[in-house]
Amino acid sequence: MIETLFFDALRSAIGPTAASYALLAVGLNLHFGYTGLLNFGQVGYMLVGAYGLSITVAVFGGPLWLGLIVGMLAAVVLSIILGAPTLRLRADYLAITTIAASEILRFLVRNTGSDDLTGSVFGLRQFAGEFYDWSPFAPGEYLGPLGFNANRMWVTLVGWGLVAALSAMVWTLMRSPWGRVLRSIREDEDAARSLGKNVFLYKMQSLIIGGVIGAIGGMVFVLALQNVTPDMFLPQVTFFAFAIMILGGTSTVLGPTAGAVLFWFLLTGLQSGIRGVVDAGVIPGITGGQVVGAVSLIAVGLLLMLLMVFRPQGILGDREELRLDVS
Amino acid sequence: MVSSLVRARRGPQLRRVAAVVLTAIAVGSVAALTAGPAVAQSATETVSGRLAFEGEGVEGVRVVVESTDDGAVLEAVSGPDGSWLVELPGPGAYRIELDASTLPEGVGLRDPDNPAREVRVFENSTSAVVFALGEPQVQTSDTPRRLLQSSVNGLKFGLIIAMTAIGLSLIFGTTGLVNFAHGDLVTVGAFLAYFLNVTLGLPLLIAAPLAIAAGGALAGGLDRQVWRPLRAQRTGLIAMLVVSIGLSFVLRHVVLLFFGGSRQSYTDFGLQTALEFGLVRVQPVELWVMGLSVAALVAVGLMLNRTKLGTSMRAVADNRDLAESSGIDVQRVILAVWVLGGGLTAAGGIFLGLIESVDYLMGFRLLLLMFAGVILGGLGSAYGAMVGGVIVGFVSEFSTVWFSSQIKYVWALLVLIVILLVRPQGILGRRERFG
Repeated sequence: MIETLFFDALRSAIGPTAASYALLAVGLNLHFGYTGLLNFGQVGYMLVGAYGLSITVAVFGGPLWLGLIVGMLAAVVLSIILGAPTLRLRADYLAITTIAASEILRFLVRNTGSDDLTGSVFGLRQFAGEFYDWSPFAPGEYLGPLGFNANRMWVTLVGWGLVAALSAMVWTLMRSPWGRVLRSIREDEDAARSLGKNVFLYKMQSLIIGGVIGAIGGMVFVLALQNVTPDMFLPQVTFFAFAIMILGGTSTVLGPTAGAVLFWFLLTGLQSGIRGVVDAGVIPGITGGQVVGAVSLIAVGLLLMLLMVFRPQGILGDREELRLDVS
Repeated sequence: MVSSLVRARRGPQLRRVAAVVLTAIAVGSVAALTAGPAVAQSATETVSGRLAFEGEGVEGVRVVVESTDDGAVLEAVSGPDGSWLVELPGPGAYRIELDASTLPEGVGLRDPDNPAREVRVFENSTSAVVFALGEPQVQTSDTPRRLLQSSVNGLKFGLIIAMTAIGLSLIFGTTGLVNFAHGDLVTVGAFLAYFLNVTLGLPLLIAAPLAIAAGGALAGGLDRQVWRPLRAQRTGLIAMLVVSIGLSFVLRHVVLLFFGGSRQSYTDFGLQTALEFGLVRVQPVELWVMGLSVAALVAVGLMLNRTKLGTSMRAVADNRDLAESSGIDVQRVILAVWVLGGGLTAAGGIFLGLIESVDYLMGFRLLLLMFAGVILGGLGSAYGAMVGGVIVGFVSEFSTVWFSSQIKYVWALLVLIVILLVRPQGILGRRERFG
């Protein structure tokens, strides 16, 4: 029982889903942790990345590389559309607008009217073939008790490889003059402006880069699942990414990675534990799936609240750097 | 055999009735499924049904089954006799949707706005799912009627948004908190009434006031136990916002844990004969909901304008420091705002549950529309929330005259983005409130 629980948790913590969420959190960290932009629509970037890729490949029959480019370009376009009206406004307005935009996108791809393009509620599949053709792993079982198959090994490797590469990129950017301007905007926007910096432009660049990283996260997510449906992109995904970022440590380079691994370890461990208890029939008259889902989401909510109140800097963060707020 | 029965007495007015009855019979008796190639022996949980139009099975229709627990998607296509069957991976909650675009020419869903069913499948059981087919609804040029009807629906929905949004706006005005858990106060209010009405069997007319009082008390309790200590610690507004998201997760999924994920209804006022007013049809309960919403909004307006407490609320929302230095007990006023907002929000939830249904996501779906209304009207202003909420309700219902009702919220959210572009302080807001 404990052993199953541990391996379930570990399988999830190092798996491709955790890697995709780490990517979402890396992007979010650039937005929120380094620039102070309260983006509550990160799942919208994930959505345009995932659908950009899958529509290009599955509907128009394009090659995978083109799909990857389309997905990232879609994130750039979304940033410009979203940022233009809202980046001049205060943080909480940006939060409401971005979450609204992500829901608009989900409603639109879900709508029967866009069936030919997005497959509406049924979504799309058969876009991941070329990706798995590139896999160097021979068919078989890997990682002992974790039982990853060759495809899962490949997408896991690519996912965490991207996490490493993009975290390194963020680290480099944040040590550059550009990164210092971003942080100064986070600390005091007016001071940065009075030094002649075009605050709007810097914010827009941050929104674009973080958004593209989120879109890449979305692509990894759907490549791992080999299908895409609109309801994968509920607003709660963004809040999971927020929980991951805060858990790991906002404004730290390794925070999103550490947060994603720990978050999925705890969440899956908890789910596996509840499932075990429910299946053992300790509580009669309760069906499994709903209890597992409900209790684990209550736990995520409590985690967010308690972290924010008692340890807003997470496990790796520096409390001094984290005095973010709306002025 | 069954289809020959219908042919024997085929008459135009009987067709639709027969189609419905037949579908129900065919689906109800799962035995009918054994006519198809028996594939179900190995799976222990299945969902199935038979699609029939005028007694004939409808072939080649796609039915999609999605697990609401983990999002897994399965599909089936109806066979020559119209029957379809999906083997499920296990017990759980599923959402079954008929792909209306795969229906043959001249056949439509009798309720085209509702192509999905939600079922809960238990171990070793087969769930039968009914999709009633009929002649597709002819979209004649009855635009005037649809315009009028959607205005009524928009007003009804908008008044509910307005009621729930007042609390959101006043809480922002007095404390600066953008409360993402506000939508879930709607859900909790609706389910408190559900608990009293359905579980305990109280009449809704008694259950509703009790639930509204409990909703106000819960909101007041949250202010005392969660928000006031955080304010005392000088917690930042973004940190509080993230706490409110955590709180919303907790509230929403506690409801899910206790009441389940499917849509429910109150026991009273369920099926009523609609009244005809010229071109518009309204159920008496909807008239009551609208009347009571207007009454509540007027009462709140008078309270804010005429009473000492109301004036203090507006004063604190306007300028907290000035209010405090002129002798107003700010913490008391904030508590009163939470109780008032919580009560109104619970009432809105009950009204929404009455005219639609209650489910654990109802408040979260409403939250973004409340934000749209509040920003449209002017963040921090109670009157703005009323005006903005009604407009948002109107816009989303009005859009269904020309566009698919699946994307009616998109228009309301677009209003939100446009107003931020054009006039970010909102209709009734003042310029210095933002930025």
